[in-house]
Amino acid sequence: MPDGNTGIGAAVKRKEDGRFLTGKGRFTDDINRPNQTFAYFLRSSVAHANIKNVDTSAALTAEGVVAVYTNGDMEGVGGVPCGWGLTFQNGDPMVEPVHPILAAGKVRHVGDPIAVVIAETKKQAKAAAALIKIDLEDLPAVVNMTNAVEGGTLVHEEAANNICYDWAIGDKDEVDKVFDGADHVTSIEIINNRLIPNAIEPRVAIGDYDAVSQKYTLYTSTQSPHVIRLLMGAFVLQIPEHKLRVVAPDVGGGFGSKTFHYAEEAMVTWAAGHLGRPVKWTAERSESFVSDAHGRDHVTTAELALSKDGKFLALREKTYANMGAYLSTFGPAIATYLHSTLLAGVYTTPLIYSNIIAVFTNTVAVDAYRGAGRPEATYILERLVDRAARELGIDQVEIRRKNFIPPDAFPYQTPVALEYDSGDYEATLASALEGADVDGFEARKSKAAKNGKLRGVGYSTYVEACGAAPSAVAGALGARAGLYESANVRVHPTGSVTVFTGSHSHGQGHETAFAQLVSEQIGVDIDSVEIAHGDTDQVQFGMGTYASRSLAVGGSAIVKALDKIIDKSKKIAAHIMEAAESDIEFEDGTFKVAGTDKSMGFGEVALAAYVPHNYPLDVLEPGLEESAFYDPANFTYPAGCHICEVEIDPTTGVVEIVNFTAADDPGIVINPIIVEGQIHGGVAQGIGQALLEGCVYDDNGQLITGTYMDYTMPRADDLPSYVVSTESSRCTHNPLGVKGVGEVGTIGATPAVINAIVDALSELGVTDMPMPATPQTVWRAIQEAS
Amino acid sequence: MSEFNYAMASSADDASTQVKGTGDGSLIAGGMTLIPSIKLGLATPTDLIDLAGAGLSGISVEGTTVTIGAMTRHVDVASSKEVVNAVPALSGMASGIGDPQVRNRGTIGGSVANNDPAADYPAACLGLGATIQTNDREISADDFFTGLFTTALKEGEVITSVGFPIPERAAYVKFPNPASRYALVGVFVSDGPMGIRVAVTGAGINGVYRESSFESALSGAWESATLDGVKADESSMASDIHAAADYRAHLVGEIARRAVAASV
Ligand SMILES: Cc1cc2nc3c(=O)[nH]c(=O)nc-3n(C[C@H](O)[C@H](O)[C@H](O)COP(=O)(O)OP(=O)(O)OC[C@H]3O[C@@H](n4cnc5c(N)ncnc54)[C@H](O)[C@@H]3O)c2cc1C
Repeated sequence: MPDGNTGIGAAVKRKEDGRFLTGKGRFTDDINRPNQTFAYFLRSSVAHANIKNVDTSAALTAEGVVAVYTNGDMEGVGGVPCGWGLTFQNGDPMVEPVHPILAAGKVRHVGDPIAVVIAETKKQAKAAAALIKIDLEDLPAVVNMTNAVEGGTLVHEEAANNICYDWAIGDKDEVDKVFDGADHVTSIEIINNRLIPNAIEPRVAIGDYDAVSQKYTLYTSTQSPHVIRLLMGAFVLQIPEHKLRVVAPDVGGGFGSKTFHYAEEAMVTWAAGHLGRPVKWTAERSESFVSDAHGRDHVTTAELALSKDGKFLALREKTYANMGAYLSTFGPAIATYLHSTLLAGVYTTPLIYSNIIAVFTNTVAVDAYRGAGRPEATYILERLVDRAARELGIDQVEIRRKNFIPPDAFPYQTPVALEYDSGDYEATLASALEGADVDGFEARKSKAAKNGKLRGVGYSTYVEACGAAPSAVAGALGARAGLYESANVRVHPTGSVTVFTGSHSHGQGHETAFAQLVSEQIGVDIDSVEIAHGDTDQVQFGMGTYASRSLAVGGSAIVKALDKIIDKSKKIAAHIMEAAESDIEFEDGTFKVAGTDKSMGFGEVALAAYVPHNYPLDVLEPGLEESAFYDPANFTYPAGCHICEVEIDPTTGVVEIVNFTAADDPGIVINPIIVEGQIHGGVAQGIGQALLEGCVYDDNGQLITGTYMDYTMPRADDLPSYVVSTESSRCTHNPLGVKGVGEVGTIGATPAVINAIVDALSELGVTDMPMPATPQTVWRAIQEAS
Repeated sequence: MSEFNYAMASSADDASTQVKGTGDGSLIAGGMTLIPSIKLGLATPTDLIDLAGAGLSGISVEGTTVTIGAMTRHVDVASSKEVVNAVPALSGMASGIGDPQVRNRGTIGGSVANNDPAADYPAACLGLGATIQTNDREISADDFFTGLFTTALKEGEVITSVGFPIPERAAYVKFPNPASRYALVGVFVSDGPMGIRVAVTGAGINGVYRESSFESALSGAWESATLDGVKADESSMASDIHAAADYRAHLVGEIARRAVAASV
């Protein structure tokens, strides 16, 4: 590590924050192209209807209008593809209806785009859209999944009973046998409430076409520019990669929702080609509510079979997973490969059966949202464990300890496909117990009772699988792409460095954390390192950032490229210092000849590579630039323990989180400030799901929570000061030993909060608590119990 | 956002004359309600007549009345020493409206004229028995709030100030809607020259109203125990995803009880 310490583990402040905090970030909406036009999407205001006629004549002649398009104008344009193919239990492929760029024949959810108006100004486009006459024949809306699978109205004709797939993992007969003979069975009904992602920056897309080079450029607020180039280029618009550039500059938060390829991106790109003019679209906030893919929305019945002393014997669940009206890029994978595979959690449960039924409804598409499948699984599991402990009269900590996978059992093969490489669940549990001062809880509880308040404490011990993913495994599981990451390290003649990474930063702090990797490996200060990302013309290739994969996969690719840089540098240094390569030692940015006082700085070697006067040109190319692709050997498995303490006012139902403790194992920590920030943000969203956020559709498929007047975002005063700690255990299969931290908050926090509420209310006979546990919901549960 | 003409008024009468002379004009005060409505296409005024130059802001305490000019911002009421001393419940109420940005622009006149069924000021006016002064007449709060987003104001009538009789004791307790932070239930109680008053906002199907059964109970004994376990009439309660009628009816009783306990 160099002086000033900007290497691995250094708590350096984020390099990018200066520009973000002073309003100098450059987001897609900050980009304006010469001669640009503006697009406005006319969206369906009803959930389900046949389109009888769309009359655009008045709009076409309105002031400033350049073009109006409906589906019929877009011959040859493909639908938005799905990136993951699943199968029914019998092996039949999932039902995969076409997802047209603009509605074809039918609208399937409120917000489904019917037409796009392109005009000289945004205002003109919007005004003209109001002149479009749409003749719709209303159809009954399919909203509730329980009704949907009974058939009747179909969202897509080809999906019988509105089922996309009926998939399962595990040996049902074996599992059922264990249940039949078990001492105790705990059952639970769980709804993982639908969430609306609400990134602070609404989505923006600008299509641009250069007639001279015949090249398209799409500027878009995405988490994965190369994936968008691939999906849109190959499947939707048939533009080859060398004629299509995708740029994702600063992106203001994504939480998964900006990973996917969206129709608006293809629309503006296609229209730019058609019109020969740039086309810009900026979502309005109310548009984001009905066009960004939503998260969660599972309805589950789950059971845990236990021995009378609390040992878990088997688990089975049946989950209805809402896909919404169309399949979003990862939609089908979330409820299955990122959900069912997590049902072992941190426990030795030997047998698990999970059956997932994916359902089409007349609602916005559902896809990955921070945690993506793993929060849903963890919530089911930790609620089951909590309830089982109560039913059997076993202490919450004890029942978890009794079933933990012990530290010496790794690598540990779960019954649901994953092999955990490492973990120390006792360590994070112990740290959390101490941080939460659980010993003092009873005293705090009695004190609260004197003020008429009910206190409760809730636990959640979780593991997640992230760092997605070994390509071969992903492929076997239905992914239609590899999940490696790429890096290119370009050392400049005077020793400063540019790293081109396929990961994309939209709040994660890559410009700092990745620079720290370089600083650690080759001894330069982070200020001499530039991290380039988000432009397919600049970066070789990339799979993007989601599923907490950037450091574990993207960072490992950088390390691999840096290793090549060091190898080559050693050869150069050996030549110049006239020593054998094997005698060259590299430490703190200096190449030394072992046993001598001869040395060369990294910068000198770099200069020699670019000014190769004294250089082994016969065996070595000049220059110092290396690339690497890194395909992980396994997922990574961050784990931890979250403990939540709540105080409830039983007369109003108001829940206050009085203490929240998170002890997490994110693997080796590169920057503790960033790690803590990720945990804080994730926990806020986890608490959001538990207490505040809930997307509500009425029976007609109208979105009731379509604005912030009704959709409750977590605010600072909803949240306590967290007690955060990390207990790192090394990931065994990547060079950095890192696991990931982006999603641990949403995975760990939610069940801890609900378990705490149930604990507080258990003396009143409350055994369950739907999410979000709003004051009304809590009050009602108390009324119903008493 | 639709287009409109803009003009500044020099006085309340000027504003009234100007707005009457427009096609479908609207007065604008802080714009915290009106501008978002225009942006969402919910309002499409042809003209905006701005009251900012009409000389309508300021706070004075004379004798038994606090008078607040229509253009006085929430932040000014919240931080006014005179109001804090005379009617702390009123300044406290103003400090709990929206967020700092909203309090820095939103005005008492705009809030009262708008009569949002979940707004705070209507409860304070009704709960203190205020008098709404317009460019034309005086209207008692009891007659002013006539229904959801509707008031006794006539076309082009401009509120110039609101006079609040100083009570012996009063309090406002707000139970916020978790999403919007407007009042899910807000209760303003007072005991003073205008009698015993319990005004409820956020809950009633017709907007702000007086809970007369609580008022008569409290005239027996002004103490929170008087309201132990009381409820509002469920059939006159609003219902939405945040609170069904039964929960609101319960909250009205509980929040009123807390308001009495908090009254000073
Ligand atoms: C994010 C947010 C949160 C909010 N939270 C709350 C809350 O918690 N509690 C609450 O009570 N309010 C809340 N509000 C509303 C806020 O208090 C508004 O300021 C208020 O309702 C309107 O005041 P204004 O001065 O902005 O009026 P404007 O928006 O300018 O006008 C509103 C209406 O009143 C009319 N009007 C204005 N002044 C006069 C006058 N002198 N005479 C006659 N008519 C007039 C206008 O023509 C218009 O129809 C919130 C608003 C926002 C944006």
